[in-house]
Amino acid sequence: MQNLVGKKKIDYQKLLAPAALVILYIFFAIFGKNFFSYEGLKQIFQSSYYIGFMAAGVTFVIITGGIDLSIGTVMMCSALIGGLAFSNWGWPVWLALFLVPLVGLFFGFVNGILVAKLKLPPFIATLGTMLVSQGFGSIVSGVRTMYYPTVGSPDQWFRSVFYIHNNLPVGMLWLFGAFFLAAFLLNKTRFGRYNFAIGSNEEAARLSGVKVDNWKIAIHAMCGLFAGLAGIFYGAAYTTITPGKGNGEELNAIAGVVIGGTSMSGGSGTMAGTLIGVLIMATLKKGLSSVGLQAHWQTFFTGFVVIGAVLLDNARNRAANRVRIEAPAAAAKS
Amino acid sequence: MAEVLLQMRGIQKYFPGVHALDDCRFELRRGEVHALVGENGAGKSTMMKVLTGVYQRDAGEILIDARPVEIHNTRDAQALGISIIHQELNLMKDLTVAENIFIGREPKKGVMLDKRRQNRMAQELLSSLSIDIAPTTNVGKLTVAKQQMVEIAKALSFENTRILIMDEPSAALTETEIGELFRFIRELKARGVGIVYISHRMGELKQISDRITVMRDGQYIGTVDTEKTSMDEIIRMMVGRVIYEQPKEKSNVPEGAPVVLEARDLRSREVKGVSFELRKGEILGFAGLMGAGRTETARLIVGADRRYSGEIYVNGKKADIKDPFDAVRAGIGYLSEDRKRYGLCLPLSVADNVALATLEDFTGTLVVNDRKVRQIAHEYRERISIKAPTVDTKVVSLSGGNQQKVVVAKWLVRNCDILIFDEPTRGIDVGAKSEIYKLMHQLADEGKSIIMISSEMPELLRMSDRILVMCEGEKTGELDIQEATQEKIMALAAPRI
Repeated sequence: MQNLVGKKKIDYQKLLAPAALVILYIFFAIFGKNFFSYEGLKQIFQSSYYIGFMAAGVTFVIITGGIDLSIGTVMMCSALIGGLAFSNWGWPVWLALFLVPLVGLFFGFVNGILVAKLKLPPFIATLGTMLVSQGFGSIVSGVRTMYYPTVGSPDQWFRSVFYIHNNLPVGMLWLFGAFFLAAFLLNKTRFGRYNFAIGSNEEAARLSGVKVDNWKIAIHAMCGLFAGLAGIFYGAAYTTITPGKGNGEELNAIAGVVIGGTSMSGGSGTMAGTLIGVLIMATLKKGLSSVGLQAHWQTFFTGFVVIGAVLLDNARNRAANRVRIEAPAAAAKS
Repeated sequence: MAEVLLQMRGIQKYFPGVHALDDCRFELRRGEVHALVGENGAGKSTMMKVLTGVYQRDAGEILIDARPVEIHNTRDAQALGISIIHQELNLMKDLTVAENIFIGREPKKGVMLDKRRQNRMAQELLSSLSIDIAPTTNVGKLTVAKQQMVEIAKALSFENTRILIMDEPSAALTETEIGELFRFIRELKARGVGIVYISHRMGELKQISDRITVMRDGQYIGTVDTEKTSMDEIIRMMVGRVIYEQPKEKSNVPEGAPVVLEARDLRSREVKGVSFELRKGEILGFAGLMGAGRTETARLIVGADRRYSGEIYVNGKKADIKDPFDAVRAGIGYLSEDRKRYGLCLPLSVADNVALATLEDFTGTLVVNDRKVRQIAHEYRERISIKAPTVDTKVVSLSGGNQQKVVVAKWLVRNCDILIFDEPTRGIDVGAKSEIYKLMHQLADEGKSIIMISSEMPELLRMSDRILVMCEGEKTGELDIQEATQEKIMALAAPRI
């Protein structure tokens, strides 16, 4: 049974993203002001919570070859509705916190129906739900800002559970937990296996008797659920939620996924990569401000990192394809 | 006798592992319709691709007006007056007729397009060909026949066009439209254009062609005058190859073997009422030319496409097959002719592909049991000798024959009793071919029932217990293996219009 197990070779390409993260960290540790400190590390973590949740969810969708543009506004909409339940409807905080991911799940499910059953291109379908969820959040909140419990309020346990406790960035535990769960789903379950199968060849999966449509709905719903969960952490981080915001955040999450090596054409990707991609973006954000460059510089450089990551990915795919020999299947046909 | 426009002599063309054209020749005179016929894979298209500069010949010469020419690309071909009308029309449906004709060389007034002049030029061209279409009509609104005429007009708008290649121009036309096309072709003849006419339809060749050249297996077989030749003669030339492999002498299916699959009057856009029975342990061959509707029939059986009507019975019970999920559960597995597109997840491992149709059997409450998946993949790797270093090898790096075996393994793991092999040996080298044959025989001996769609007649005659022939979406005949010959099959497979 020895060759059944078969030794797995280390794929050095996979180490590229972690190496980039380490190099970035060392670079800013040397050149940045107040970067190499507990405080600096804490800030890196804190700015990656809600982006991380969205990124984990959308990784599933991107592996199927799709996209979800609605996660940013769905996150906001979920957070707004949660805040509404807590501050206007008088729900206890814990109950409101259950509602938040359910809102996300709902929007994800709608995306799934639009993409899988009604055959809309994912870009268009989720562009639509992006606008709908943004508008919906504003409508139900009556365009009022919602507040989550702050320090000193009776429900201040909320922040110490989800954000920071005794100067410990506890949100990080949730984030790591979420990624662990996502990686488990992706690598160990039928859900994950079909995710890759659909992404690499949807038609082959269908002809193999896989109910592709249903799985795609489940995958989109999962993405929505993660976006909803991101809403909790957004609430914990900012405590004030202003209606009409949220679009643009999905692109940060997608950028994290791409930097982490998940291919936009589907069929390949890892949760670990996405986590590292998100951390790279957070490190860049903190690092650039520590060398005195403002937010607009961060945006500027993040763009380069995204493009660089995809170029690298393409180069790697080309190298892999070069080995193949194309048989002239059509050549002899008449 | 009219002067000779074009001569191709001693044309050789090699592709890796395939001798696609071996000493082929072709001649075309002014004002002649010269038909080029042959089975799928005979080399007609390759020959025409050499002529239009898509492929470069490896040896031989091309003469136009008795002068040797070099054709390196389609632009060269155009400059020499050679145009081709493909079976799939290359028109932009949302543009007008005039815009389509002059695309890429629009008349201009300064930097602006001169639409008025363009329309006038198009009108002149169309009138001169007595085509009654307004140049400002959107091409998408025209019938296929009219679109074809626009395409021909476009070819002739290059003033030097003297050689026109038409690849199955009548395939998508109704009978009246074909009449229209033929009138038009005669007009072109009168203008001295030489026409290469590729078609499978024997009756049509009788009507329109002056001479017929037959190709087979990449070789030139002969050229005959249409008037002096019978259809049977042509068919004999098309199929009369030396068969290296002995055809099966009699059916291996025991008398009274139960019917495992029955299709009754299957209909869809491409399939026009096909019925048949498949017995336990039988290999049923599906013969026909390209576009006969064989693959489409198979796709109806496995629920890959929606059928308009018709019933499917598995083991005597009516099977309600709405999608491949149902077909797989009824025990029907489909191996596509295009395994990369429809059969395999190329970036995934052998094990993942083998388990794709059976994953729920390997899943506990939640977790996929990877040990079991790899174990079963390993078992089948041994059993049907898939040459892969490990079951973790990605399928993309395997050869065509081994990729095919991975698909077979997928259905065997699923324990499918009915397997549809669609062109199972396409793009596979000779060694792997005989292994696939062996495997299919072995499966049939084990009691699996097989439908084998193939365009290679020797293969069908060697493998099948019975052969069903299709033509243009209809079943045209069923032959027991004792009575089946290439000539009989071809006579049933060739459209008679």
